[in-house]
Amino acid sequence: MNLYDQQQSNRRKTWLVMLAFVAFFLFLGIGFDTFYIGAGRGVVPIGSVIALGVGSVSAATSYFSGDRAVLLSTHAQPVEELAAGAGADDTLKLRQLQNVVDEMSIASGLPRPRVYVVPDADPNAFATGRDPAHASLAVTRGLLDTLDREELQGVVAHEMSHIRNLDVRVMTIAAALAGAVALLADWARRGMMWGGGRRRDRDDERGGGLAGIIFFAVWLIAVLLAPLLAQLLAMMVSRRREYLADASGAELTRNPLGLARALDKIESAATPTVTVNRGTAHLCIADPLGRPMNLREGAWANLFASHPPMASRIAALKEMAYQQGLR
Amino acid sequence: MLAGLLVAIVVVVVLWAVSSYNRLVKMRNQALNGWRQIDVQLKRRHDLIPNLVNAVRGSMDFERDTLTAVMEARSKALTATGPADAAQKEGQLTQALGRLLAVAENYPTLKSNDNVKMLQEELSATENKVGFARQFYNDIATSFNTAQQVFPANLFAAGFGFKPAELFEITNATERDVPVVDLSRR
Repeated sequence: MNLYDQQQSNRRKTWLVMLAFVAFFLFLGIGFDTFYIGAGRGVVPIGSVIALGVGSVSAATSYFSGDRAVLLSTHAQPVEELAAGAGADDTLKLRQLQNVVDEMSIASGLPRPRVYVVPDADPNAFATGRDPAHASLAVTRGLLDTLDREELQGVVAHEMSHIRNLDVRVMTIAAALAGAVALLADWARRGMMWGGGRRRDRDDERGGGLAGIIFFAVWLIAVLLAPLLAQLLAMMVSRRREYLADASGAELTRNPLGLARALDKIESAATPTVTVNRGTAHLCIADPLGRPMNLREGAWANLFASHPPMASRIAALKEMAYQQGLR
Repeated sequence: MLAGLLVAIVVVVVLWAVSSYNRLVKMRNQALNGWRQIDVQLKRRHDLIPNLVNAVRGSMDFERDTLTAVMEARSKALTATGPADAAQKEGQLTQALGRLLAVAENYPTLKSNDNVKMLQEELSATENKVGFARQFYNDIATSFNTAQQVFPANLFAAGFGFKPAELFEITNATERDVPVVDLSRR
């Protein structure tokens, strides 16, 4: 699979995720019309119209500002802001990060992404955005502290490959829409509580009760669906994508061992990345949740795991380095 | 009938010539742009070197030869014209700089100096950027040259004033390894 195929496949997948999301909303709206208003009596299907509107607007919003949502949820800070008020040691580290990103954007011929630092002691990194011109790259504080220059370069190159392949687009939209579903579940839960309260105040048995049931159904579906959606994301963000980003990252730096050492260090500092939640986990270079699924091989794990086992990734990079040495 | 066929052939040939001409112009501009990228980084390196030399001069007074070698290589590199010439002179500068930084390793006061550390980081970053920009430029320049040399574009490429782009190559085998610039490396 070449770069162009990979980009095409990611464009297709983005559309698929957005359509599935809007269809899900439409399904909720139709259910609302059928059970609450009653269909087939010349009534405007208000629920479906609203659901379609809300679904499309949130899909579009996720496409255009999903990256901001992801960065906000991880409390990422722009590196320029951090550098302005940093000590001498820190200035050097941040400057190094900026330089390494510059180097990789020159090597890949892509525009320079915006650079962020996530205040988290666990070493990890991710990239987000809808295309190379609107891309952001974030590393955790722990990554800056544990890796040396070459290793950092390997990690940044891996993330630049995700940006170039348009992996970031499908990953970001998936994360943002999973977040929207979670928000919907939360909203439905509040709505249910509010409906319950009103029923007691107004003594309006029928309306309040029915509204409560509807809200409960919406909430239940959303709650049931949110983890399912997260699982779906993990499936779409297949393991091959990570291997591919490792390989093309090593192609950019011409130094597979730098990334191999970085992955080794990230793996041995195996504390969970607390700032990254389930919805954005698949964006990261290493699984921030440390799920046991990602350690396994085999067809089942290949389908459901978001990340390949670290040992296989390191072995693949070492293999690249060995072949490089032979040439 | 025959006239119509001739006209059709002429139209096809003209369309083909126009499109290949435009493609070559586009590639030439890409190559120029790639070269400019290298040039920017080389200039930045030339600007950084006097700062580094001044920062280490106090502590390394008796290593005067090493320092002058760097400054001489720098002023030679400033006069370079065109990729091939620049590649050769910049290679010498890289070597001189590598020696300076290797010698500086022996001075603990320098290794712990924040200013020197920052300059080293900037220099090694510039070094890397030159390297990556060179990769990028050489790839573009090579495909530009290939596009000129293949048949039938080679029939008219020279006539329209297209010249093969010079590659930014490092000829000396010992220069091929990027020298270790980063003192903090273990």
